[in-house]
Amino acid sequence: MAPPKPDPGVQAIAIRTGDDIVRVRQAVRGSAVEVGLSLVDQTKIVTAASELARNTLDYGGGGLATIEIVRDATRRGVRIRFEDAGPGIADVELALKPGYTTGRGMGLGLGGARRLSSEFSIASEIGKGTRVVIARGK
Amino acid sequence: MERIPILKIGAALVVTIQVDMHDRVAMTLQEDLSTSIVASGAKGVLIDISALEIVDSFIGRTLANIASISRVLDAETVVVGMRPAVAITLVELGLALPGVRTALNAERGMALIRQRLAALGLTDGDGPAEA
Ligand SMILES: Nc1ncnc2c1ncn2[C@@H]1O[C@H](COP(=O)(O)OP(=O)(O)OP(=O)(O)O)[C@@H](O)[C@H]1O
Ligand SMILES: [Mg+2]
Repeated sequence: MAPPKPDPGVQAIAIRTGDDIVRVRQAVRGSAVEVGLSLVDQTKIVTAASELARNTLDYGGGGLATIEIVRDATRRGVRIRFEDAGPGIADVELALKPGYTTGRGMGLGLGGARRLSSEFSIASEIGKGTRVVIARGK
Repeated sequence: MERIPILKIGAALVVTIQVDMHDRVAMTLQEDLSTSIVASGAKGVLIDISALEIVDSFIGRTLANIASISRVLDAETVVVGMRPAVAITLVELGLALPGVRTALNAERGMALIRQRLAALGLTDGDGPAEA
Protein backbone atom coordinates (compact mmCIF):
# COMPACT_ATOMS: atom_id res chain seq x y z
CA MET A 1 0.00 0.00 0.00
CA ALA A 2 1.16 3.52 -0.79
CA PRO A 3 2.25 5.59 2.21
CA PRO A 4 -0.42 8.00 3.41
CA LYS A 5 -0.33 11.30 1.53
CA PRO A 6 0.46 14.34 3.66
CA ASP A 7 -2.73 16.22 4.47
CA PRO A 8 -2.77 19.23 2.10
CA GLY A 9 -4.61 21.22 4.77
CA VAL A 10 -1.61 21.00 7.12
CA GLN A 11 1.65 22.90 6.71
CA ALA A 12 4.71 22.77 8.94
CA ILE A 13 7.20 25.63 8.91
CA ALA A 14 10.44 25.57 10.86
CA ILE A 15 11.17 28.88 12.61
CA ARG A 16 14.91 29.52 12.63
CA THR A 17 15.38 33.04 11.25
CA GLY A 18 13.51 36.31 10.81
CA ASP A 19 12.63 35.24 7.25
CA ASP A 20 10.69 32.29 8.66
CA ILE A 21 8.41 34.74 10.53
CA VAL A 22 7.45 36.20 7.15
CA ARG A 23 6.91 32.69 5.76
CA VAL A 24 4.59 31.85 8.67
CA ARG A 25 2.61 35.06 8.06
CA GLN A 26 2.23 34.22 4.36
CA ALA A 27 1.20 30.62 4.99
CA VAL A 28 -1.37 31.65 7.61
CA ARG A 29 -2.74 34.28 5.23
CA GLY A 30 -3.05 31.66 2.47
CA SER A 31 -4.94 29.24 4.72
CA ALA A 32 -7.20 32.01 6.08
CA VAL A 33 -8.10 33.08 2.54
CA GLU A 34 -8.67 29.48 1.46
CA VAL A 35 -11.07 28.82 4.32
CA GLY A 36 -12.98 32.03 3.60
CA LEU A 37 -12.23 34.16 6.66
CA SER A 38 -13.21 37.83 6.38
CA LEU A 39 -10.45 40.36 5.78
CA VAL A 40 -10.55 41.52 9.41
CA ASP A 41 -10.37 37.93 10.68
CA GLN A 42 -7.49 37.18 8.30
CA THR A 43 -5.63 40.24 9.55
CA LYS A 44 -6.19 39.28 13.19
CA ILE A 45 -4.99 35.69 12.87
CA VAL A 46 -1.98 36.64 10.72
CA THR A 47 -0.98 39.32 13.25
CA ALA A 48 -1.36 36.90 16.17
CA ALA A 49 0.73 34.32 14.31
CA SER A 50 3.42 36.90 13.61
CA GLU A 51 3.68 37.68 17.33
CA LEU A 52 3.91 34.04 18.33
CA ALA A 53 6.40 33.16 15.59
CA ARG A 54 8.66 35.96 16.81
CA ASN A 55 8.39 34.79 20.42
CA THR A 56 9.26 31.24 19.28
CA LEU A 57 12.39 32.63 17.60
CA ASP A 58 13.45 35.22 20.19
CA TYR A 59 12.69 33.40 23.43
CA GLY A 60 12.21 29.76 22.43
CA GLY A 61 15.42 29.66 20.39
CA GLY A 62 13.45 28.62 17.30
CA GLY A 63 10.85 25.93 16.81
CA LEU A 64 8.04 24.80 14.61
CA ALA A 65 4.75 26.29 13.40
CA THR A 66 2.04 23.91 12.22
CA ILE A 67 -0.79 25.51 10.30
CA GLU A 68 -3.98 23.56 9.87
CA ILE A 69 -7.24 24.26 8.12
CA VAL A 70 -10.15 23.22 10.30
CA ARG A 71 -13.30 22.06 8.55
CA ASP A 72 -15.79 20.16 10.61
CA ALA A 73 -19.57 20.03 10.77
CA THR A 74 -19.92 23.26 12.70
CA ARG A 75 -16.76 25.29 12.09
CA ARG A 76 -14.32 26.46 9.46
CA GLY A 77 -11.13 28.17 10.38
CA VAL A 78 -7.39 28.12 10.80
CA ARG A 79 -5.50 26.66 13.73
CA ILE A 80 -1.80 27.22 14.32
CA ARG A 81 0.47 25.48 16.81
CA PHE A 82 3.82 26.95 17.86
CA GLU A 83 6.27 24.67 19.62
CA ASP A 84 9.77 25.21 20.91
CA ALA A 85 12.20 23.40 23.15
CA GLY A 86 13.42 26.60 24.79
CA PRO A 87 13.65 27.65 28.44
CA GLY A 88 9.88 27.77 29.03
CA ILE A 89 7.91 30.46 30.84
CA ALA A 90 8.02 30.54 34.65
CA ASP A 91 4.75 32.42 35.14
CA VAL A 92 2.40 32.22 32.16
CA GLU A 93 -0.25 34.50 33.69
CA LEU A 94 2.39 37.18 34.19
CA ALA A 95 3.76 36.72 30.66
CA LEU A 96 0.25 37.30 29.27
CA LYS A 97 -0.07 40.68 31.03
CA PRO A 98 0.31 43.69 28.74
CA GLY A 99 3.64 45.37 29.35
CA TYR A 100 5.43 42.35 30.78
CA THR A 101 8.64 41.62 28.90
CA THR A 102 11.99 40.04 29.68
CA GLY A 103 13.33 41.23 26.33
CA ARG A 104 13.30 44.57 24.55
CA GLY A 105 9.71 44.36 23.37
CA MET A 106 6.61 46.11 24.62
CA GLY A 107 5.19 43.00 26.23
CA LEU A 108 2.21 43.02 23.93
CA GLY A 109 2.63 39.93 21.77
CA LEU A 110 1.41 37.05 23.91
CA GLY A 111 -1.62 38.77 25.46
CA GLY A 112 -2.38 40.42 22.13
CA ALA A 113 -2.30 37.07 20.33
CA ARG A 114 -4.82 35.74 22.87
CA ARG A 115 -7.18 38.70 22.27
CA LEU A 116 -6.86 38.36 18.49
CA SER A 117 -7.73 34.64 18.51
CA SER A 118 -11.02 32.91 19.18
CA GLU A 119 -9.22 29.91 20.64
CA PHE A 120 -6.02 30.16 22.69
CA SER A 121 -4.09 27.71 24.82
CA ILE A 122 -0.59 27.70 26.19
CA ALA A 123 1.48 25.02 27.89
CA SER A 124 4.96 25.76 29.11
CA GLU A 125 7.43 23.91 31.26
CA ILE A 126 10.68 25.30 32.62
CA GLY A 127 13.64 23.73 30.83
CA LYS A 128 11.39 21.83 28.42
CA GLY A 129 9.74 24.39 26.17
CA THR A 130 6.55 26.15 25.22
CA ARG A 131 3.55 25.29 23.07
CA VAL A 132 0.93 27.83 22.07
CA VAL A 133 -2.15 26.98 19.99
CA ILE A 134 -4.39 29.62 18.45
CA ALA A 135 -7.37 29.44 16.11
CA ARG A 136 -9.82 31.74 14.45
CA GLY A 137 -12.94 30.56 12.66
CA LYS A 138 -15.94 31.96 10.93
CA MET B 1 20.40 43.55 1.34
CA GLU B 2 16.82 44.59 0.72
CA ARG B 3 16.28 48.30 1.46
CA ILE B 4 13.26 50.56 1.37
CA PRO B 5 14.00 53.64 -0.80
CA ILE B 6 13.72 57.11 0.74
CA LEU B 7 12.63 59.96 -1.57
CA LYS B 8 13.00 63.65 -0.86
CA ILE B 9 10.00 65.72 -1.93
CA GLY B 10 10.31 69.37 -1.00
CA ALA B 11 11.20 69.55 2.69
CA ALA B 12 9.84 66.07 3.40
CA LEU B 13 11.22 62.59 3.16
CA VAL B 14 8.78 60.09 1.71
CA VAL B 15 8.89 56.35 2.28
CA THR B 16 6.49 53.86 0.76
CA ILE B 17 6.55 50.45 2.36
CA GLN B 18 5.67 48.03 -0.40
CA VAL B 19 6.79 44.70 0.95
CA ASP B 20 5.90 42.40 3.77
CA MET B 21 8.45 44.04 6.04
CA HIS B 22 11.09 41.70 7.47
CA ASP B 23 12.43 42.64 10.90
CA ARG B 24 15.87 43.40 9.47
CA VAL B 25 14.42 45.64 6.77
CA ALA B 26 12.52 47.58 9.44
CA MET B 27 15.71 48.10 11.46
CA THR B 28 17.59 49.27 8.36
CA LEU B 29 14.80 51.72 7.49
CA GLN B 30 15.01 53.22 10.98
CA GLU B 31 18.76 53.80 10.57
CA ASP B 32 18.56 55.04 6.98
CA LEU B 33 15.83 57.53 7.85
CA SER B 34 17.77 58.98 10.78
CA THR B 35 20.79 59.48 8.53
CA SER B 36 18.67 61.03 5.76
CA ILE B 37 16.92 63.48 8.12
CA VAL B 38 20.25 64.81 9.28
CA ALA B 39 21.79 64.87 5.79
CA SER B 40 18.79 66.59 4.16
CA GLY B 41 17.55 68.79 6.98
CA ALA B 42 14.05 67.50 6.26
CA LYS B 43 11.33 68.78 8.59
CA GLY B 44 8.82 66.04 7.82
CA VAL B 45 8.75 62.29 7.21
CA LEU B 46 5.82 60.72 5.45
CA ILE B 47 5.50 56.94 5.71
CA ASP B 48 2.92 55.31 3.45
CA ILE B 49 1.84 51.92 4.82
CA SER B 50 -1.17 51.40 2.53
CA ALA B 51 0.44 48.26 1.11
CA LEU B 52 1.06 46.71 4.54
CA GLU B 53 -1.31 43.82 5.25
CA ILE B 54 -0.42 43.67 8.92
CA VAL B 55 1.28 45.77 11.56
CA ASP B 56 2.45 43.66 14.47
CA SER B 57 4.16 44.82 17.66
CA PHE B 58 7.59 44.82 16.01
CA ILE B 59 6.56 46.94 13.02
CA GLY B 60 4.49 49.16 15.33
CA ARG B 61 7.49 49.67 17.58
CA THR B 62 9.64 50.53 14.56
CA LEU B 63 7.12 53.20 13.45
CA ALA B 64 6.99 54.63 16.99
CA ASN B 65 10.81 54.66 17.16
CA ILE B 66 11.07 56.44 13.83
CA ALA B 67 8.61 59.06 15.09
CA SER B 68 10.63 59.62 18.30
CA ILE B 69 13.97 59.79 16.52
CA SER B 70 12.64 62.25 13.93
CA ARG B 71 11.18 64.43 16.65
CA VAL B 72 14.56 64.65 18.33
CA LEU B 73 16.03 65.55 14.94
CA ASP B 74 13.36 68.26 14.49
CA ALA B 75 11.24 66.47 11.89
CA GLU B 76 7.67 65.32 12.23
CA THR B 77 6.56 61.84 11.14
CA VAL B 78 3.15 61.21 9.64
CA VAL B 79 2.06 57.63 8.94
CA VAL B 80 -0.53 57.46 6.17
CA GLY B 81 -2.77 54.92 4.49
CA MET B 82 -3.33 52.40 7.25
CA ARG B 83 -5.88 49.82 6.10
CA PRO B 84 -9.07 49.62 8.21
CA ALA B 85 -8.51 45.93 9.06
CA VAL B 86 -5.00 46.78 10.25
CA ALA B 87 -6.31 49.61 12.43
CA ILE B 88 -8.92 47.33 14.04
CA THR B 89 -6.29 44.68 14.71
CA LEU B 90 -3.77 47.15 16.15
CA VAL B 91 -6.27 48.38 18.71
CA GLU B 92 -7.10 44.83 19.77
CA LEU B 93 -3.41 43.99 19.99
CA GLY B 94 -3.10 46.88 22.44
CA LEU B 95 -0.72 48.92 20.33
CA ALA B 96 -1.48 52.62 20.58
CA LEU B 97 1.41 53.91 18.40
CA PRO B 98 2.37 56.59 20.94
CA GLY B 99 3.59 59.81 19.40
CA VAL B 100 2.84 58.74 15.83
CA ARG B 101 0.72 61.16 13.81
CA THR B 102 -1.50 59.53 11.25
CA ALA B 103 -3.47 60.71 8.24
CA LEU B 104 -5.88 58.90 5.97
CA ASN B 105 -3.81 59.29 2.82
CA ALA B 106 -0.59 60.74 1.44
CA GLU B 107 -2.26 63.96 0.33
CA ARG B 108 -3.54 64.75 3.81
CA GLY B 109 -0.24 63.68 5.34
CA MET B 110 1.63 66.09 3.09
CA ALA B 111 -0.82 68.84 4.05
CA LEU B 112 0.06 68.26 7.73
CA ILE B 113 3.77 68.51 6.95
CA ARG B 114 3.23 71.70 4.90
CA GLN B 115 1.28 73.22 7.81
CA ARG B 116 4.22 72.58 10.08
CA LEU B 117 6.62 74.15 7.57
CA ALA B 118 4.41 77.20 7.35
CA ALA B 119 4.33 77.47 11.13
CA LEU B 120 8.12 77.34 11.13
CA GLY B 121 8.19 80.09 8.50
CA LEU B 122 9.61 77.77 5.85
CA THR B 123 8.34 77.04 2.37
CA ASP B 124 8.12 73.66 0.75
CA GLY B 125 11.32 74.50 -1.12
CA ASP B 126 13.20 74.21 2.17
CA GLY B 127 14.52 77.77 2.23
CA PRO B 128 13.22 80.59 4.46
CA ALA B 129 9.84 81.94 3.47
CA GLU B 130 9.62 85.09 1.37
CA ALA B 131 9.11 88.14 3.52
N1 LIG C 1 8.18 30.81 23.49
C1 LIG C 1 8.60 31.43 24.62
N2 LIG C 1 9.58 30.86 25.38
C2 LIG C 1 10.02 31.47 26.51
N3 LIG C 1 9.54 32.64 26.97
C3 LIG C 1 8.56 33.25 26.26
C4 LIG C 1 8.05 32.68 25.06
N4 LIG C 1 7.08 33.50 24.57
C5 LIG C 1 7.01 34.54 25.44
N5 LIG C 1 7.89 34.40 26.45
C6 LIG C 1 8.07 35.32 27.60
O1 LIG C 1 6.91 36.09 27.76
C7 LIG C 1 7.22 37.50 27.73
C8 LIG C 1 6.06 38.26 27.13
O2 LIG C 1 5.92 37.94 25.75
P1 LIG C 1 5.21 38.99 24.78
O3 LIG C 1 5.21 38.44 23.41
O4 LIG C 1 3.90 39.38 25.38
O5 LIG C 1 6.15 40.28 24.90
P2 LIG C 1 7.57 40.56 24.25
O6 LIG C 1 7.87 39.55 23.19
O7 LIG C 1 8.55 40.68 25.35
O8 LIG C 1 7.34 41.98 23.55
P3 LIG C 1 6.51 42.27 22.20
O9 LIG C 1 5.81 41.02 21.82
O10 LIG C 1 5.58 43.37 22.56
O11 LIG C 1 7.53 42.68 21.20
C9 LIG C 1 8.51 37.57 26.95
O12 LIG C 1 9.25 38.74 27.25
C10 LIG C 1 9.22 36.30 27.41
O13 LIG C 1 9.82 36.47 28.66
MG1 LIG D 1 6.53 39.02 21.70
